[in-house]
Parts: sequence; structure tokens; C-alpha cells
Amino acid sequence: MYVAVKGGERAINNAHAWLAEERRGDPSVAELSVAQIREQLSLAVNRVMAEGSLYDPDLAALAIKQARGDLIEAIFLVRAYRTTLPRFGASRPVDTAAMACDRRISATFKDLPGGQVLGPTFDYTHRLLDFKLAAEGEAPNAPERDTTAEPVPHVTGFLNREGLIEQAPQDDTTPPDLTREPLELPADRALRLQALTRADEGFTLSMAYSTQRGYARNHAFVGELRIGTVPVEMEIPELGFAIEIGEMVLTECETVNQFKGSKTEPPQFTRGYGLVFGQTERKAISMALVDRALRWEELGEDNVGAPAQDAEFVLYHSDNIQATGFLEHIKLPHYVDFQSELELVRKLRREVEASDRREAAE
Amino acid sequence: MSDYNFAYLDEQTKRMIRRAILKGLAIPGYQVPFASREMPMPYGWGTGGVQVSAAVLTPEDRFKVIDQGADDTTNAVSIRSFFERTAGVATTTRTHEATVIQTRHRIPEAPLAEGQILVYQVPIPEPLRFLEPRESETRKMHSLEEYGLMHVKLYEDISRHGHIATSYAYPVKVEARYVMDPSPIPKFDNPKLSDCPAIQLFGAGREQRIYALPPFTRVVSLDFEDHPFEPSKADHSCGLCDAADSYLDEVIVDDAGGRMFVCSDTDYCEARQAAGHRGKDAA
Repeated sequence: MYVAVKGGERAINNAHAWLAEERRGDPSVAELSVAQIREQLSLAVNRVMAEGSLYDPDLAALAIKQARGDLIEAIFLVRAYRTTLPRFGASRPVDTAAMACDRRISATFKDLPGGQVLGPTFDYTHRLLDFKLAAEGEAPNAPERDTTAEPVPHVTGFLNREGLIEQAPQDDTTPPDLTREPLELPADRALRLQALTRADEGFTLSMAYSTQRGYARNHAFVGELRIGTVPVEMEIPELGFAIEIGEMVLTECETVNQFKGSKTEPPQFTRGYGLVFGQTERKAISMALVDRALRWEELGEDNVGAPAQDAEFVLYHSDNIQATGFLEHIKLPHYVDFQSELELVRKLRREVEASDRREAAE
Repeated sequence: MSDYNFAYLDEQTKRMIRRAILKGLAIPGYQVPFASREMPMPYGWGTGGVQVSAAVLTPEDRFKVIDQGADDTTNAVSIRSFFERTAGVATTTRTHEATVIQTRHRIPEAPLAEGQILVYQVPIPEPLRFLEPRESETRKMHSLEEYGLMHVKLYEDISRHGHIATSYAYPVKVEARYVMDPSPIPKFDNPKLSDCPAIQLFGAGREQRIYALPPFTRVVSLDFEDHPFEPSKADHSCGLCDAADSYLDEVIVDDAGGRMFVCSDTDYCEARQAAGHRGKDAA
């Protein structure tokens, strides 16, 4: 005898209880604190802040803990929290030229004002597992020196002075807000950049990589990559002037791309741009390459049909929260649709079998 | 949950959604873009329906949630408890008692009445999507009423299979203007879309679209004169309540391939059983 399945509510509650137990793991092992995640898994925290579009290391660390280290799940928690927050206003544009850089490298000039600063990078580490880290150790001390007060101007500025790179005129129009307006196409560059900065790192990386392998290749040089802290200022209407409300770490990448000229533009270097919350350098470089690929139309280039040139394809598929939700929804029951497909396939098969029998009889 | 506003969303967001709903009601079948919010449940799990419900619910409402016709499937349970917690509204499983019904993949068997709102969860609002993947193209096709591609697809089905090979999410034309996706309801449910006394609202969260059918809108399933639309269901009666007129789920009952058919609409089935109807598999 069949009894309709009941108890969905109890099953859900029990599943949540089990999840909480699994999250904690073996209770004889010390529990991970949010501060430990924030301090020692800071690159995961940065990714969650960037793709969650919310600059708050403590909340991102909490989300990582709650999500058992599943970063897309953590990003989702941050996004869902973010939508409930009231908006008090918008900050003034941050000035990345005035960034206090921890890292600043240029692949196009050997030396330049402000110098090359490697900063805390994995770049030249040998990827050998360090078994010393498995044993608890003393906090290492890196050598220090005083910073010079030397300004660190943008590399593209030097090229601009010679007129060798396309102009990037200042535009003070308020950019559209992806989180408050539905995405509609065609999307201008400000909107595309907004989507890319919160786009999935893996998707952006693969799109950028595809341009390097020849799907709309755009010959990118890393003109400059800088990571550091910038102050965030906001105009307070009651005060009539801007005050600093905090600071944030950003990664900015400007690519310089070869360009032989088109019907409308002279031969010159062109720009790709990436700007992402936190120390997120792989993402920022990827973003700059994809940004440049998406600019084919305004630069008068040919559309060679590459995925990275297709704004609709890139923008509609870059958000991992949308993608993961829709992908995973196929776990939900589909009895009803499946039943209607069953009926249809049975009907079509009956007809094919009947016609086969007729043919055999003839 | 006192930290959140009534029905979770803030009032500005609800106003924005209500404006989209009103526009949708004014242009039946037209997909209105709206600034869908991230909800605390995943995209693809009913965020569009949840946002529409949040925008229309009032504290006096009585709310029903069904998934695949059933009130007790896990996602229906989850959405119902979300609104119990964030809106404190009364809930029910009885179709005729509910003022707002959120549904996934079914229209209730019991006829709906004036004053009720049926909210559909929609995964892909664009009926032309699998013929043309580009949103920029399909919006143009709708504005030019350029639906030839859809008729060609249906015609090709007939020439290849002898039938239109679409059994759910079967496209409809609304008031002789917009071709609309009725969400993945089985085509058995399509006739109930037309001339319905209730307001029907469709929310697609991930795709950021809302569309609507005001009461008593004429909705026609696409077909050809010589291949008229026919709603279909399993050719059985419900094993529990003996209903011959309801949409049936097929349930496998043993490991020898034994199966039975039961109403997908659990409320309809339970009401019939309470009224004394017994199917052949009822205890």
C-alpha cells in the first residue's frame, strides 16, 4: 500500500541538524574562530567579499565558516545578507593613484617612478609542500623598511602623455547599478565592469584564458598591477563636504593591448581594466582581459565570434550565484514534468512500434 | 525574525515589484524586467515567485504553497515556513481557503475564485528561448510579434513525430498578442489558464522578469487547425481517491516494476478521500 510521503518538514530540520554537526567536524579538534579565518585564510575572505559585493572581512569569514569552506555558498550567504541592507548613499570615486601600495608591478617597464614592489606574492615561491606549516610554529617576521613618500603614478599615464594609448576621458555620469536595475542589453562599459568585478573567478579566468589562446586574442601586457589600501570618502549632505568613512584593499589591473588600428581608430595601445575588492590578483587580471575583449565594438574591431566578445553570453553566465542556483535546482522534484514526458515518449513509441509491425506484415 | 521587514523584503523593493506586477497586468503576457533581489534561497528554487508573493501578501492573507501539486514536498515546506517566519501570515493546504497560492509546475485542480492570486515560479520566462538563445533577439521578436519560428518548431514536431512533442511548458498566446511561457506546468493544466477568475502572476527571479494574466484573460494554447491542442494525462484513475479528471503522478511501489497512479494535487485528493471516494489502491 502506498502512503503519500509526509514529513518533509521534519526531514529538513534533521538535515539541518546533521549539517551543523558535520560543520563542526571532530569535536576533539579545536574549533576554528572567525578571526582565524579572517587572518589566516584571507585570500578566501577576499574572494568572498569580491564576488559577494560586500566589503566586510568579518562577515565574509563568518560566511566561510558557516559554508564549511564552500566559497560559492559563502558568497551566496553574503549576497543574501547584502540585499537586506539599507542604502545610505554612494561614496565618492576612490582614487587608486593615491593607493598605499603593498604590491605594484609593471610588465611593460623595467623601472618606473614608484618602483616595482613585489609585495606578499606566491609568484616566485617553489610550489613545494611546506611540512613545517603542519607543525605549529612561531609567527615569522619579514624584514621591514620605512616607506618612501614617493608618489606611485599610473603606468598608463606615461603612455598617455605620448598619445600612444587610447584616451580614457573622465566621465562623471552616475553609472547604472546592477543590483538595483535589471540587466538590460546592450550594457555600457561601466555596467559590464560592474558585472565582471563580482563575476565568478573561475568563469572569468577561463574566458580570459580563451582570449590568450586565440579566441579573440588581444595581446595583453600587464601595464600595471597594484594592490593596496585606499581611503573611502563620502559626501555628507548635512556637512557639505566629504569625510573618510573607512578604507579598503583593492586590486587594480590595467592592461595595455596592442592594436593595429581600425576603420575608426588610429594604431595605438588600447586598455583593459580590472578592479576587484581585496587581494584578488588572478581575478583582476582576468577581468581586464575580458573587459578588453568585450570592447571590440567600440574600437571598431571585427567580431570573430569568440565567446569572450559576446557581452550577452559573458554577462548572463558570469554570476555564480545565479548559475549555481539554477544548476542545482534540477535536484528539486520534477515528477509532474517528468510524468508528462513519460506519457509522450510512451505514446510516440506505441506509434513507432505499430508502424514497424505494419511494415513487417506488408 | 524581527530584524526583517514584513515578508522579508523592504518596502521600496516591494513597491518596485508591485510596479512591475501592475505593468504586467496592464500588458497581459508581456515580460516586464524587474530588479530581482538576491533572496535567502537559491536562484532557480522559486526566488521569482517568492518575491512576487512577498510583494502581494498582506497580514490578513492566507497562504498556500505547492510544488508539483503537493503541499508537503520539501521546497514547498521550505517556502511556506519562510513566510510563516518573515510575514507571520496564516497558511493553509486547502485551495479554496487560500487567498495567495504560490505554485511550482501545477495549477490546482479545484477551480480558483475571484479574490485569489496564483503566483507561479518560473525558471525560463522566455517561450522562444530554446529556439533563440539571445535575449536581445527574442525581445525584438516579441515586439514585432514575430512568432513564425515557434510555429515552424511545432510543425516540425508534427512532421517528425506525428504530434507536437511538448508536454509541459506548452506555449500559449495571450489575448491574441503575446506568446507566453506558462511555466513548466503539464499541458493538461493549460486550459485552466484561460478565463480564470483569479489573478495569475508569474515571477522569474534569476531571469529578472515578471508577467501576469489579469482575471478572465483569454489564453490559447498554440496549435494548428488540423492538429488541435489536446491536454493529456495518464489514462488511469487515482489509486487513492478514484478521480478520473485530475493530473496523476506515477509512483513505483515495488522492485518488480509495480506502479500506481495518484493525484499530483494532494489537497484535491485528500478532499475527495474525506468525502468518501475510494480508489482501487486505497487501504
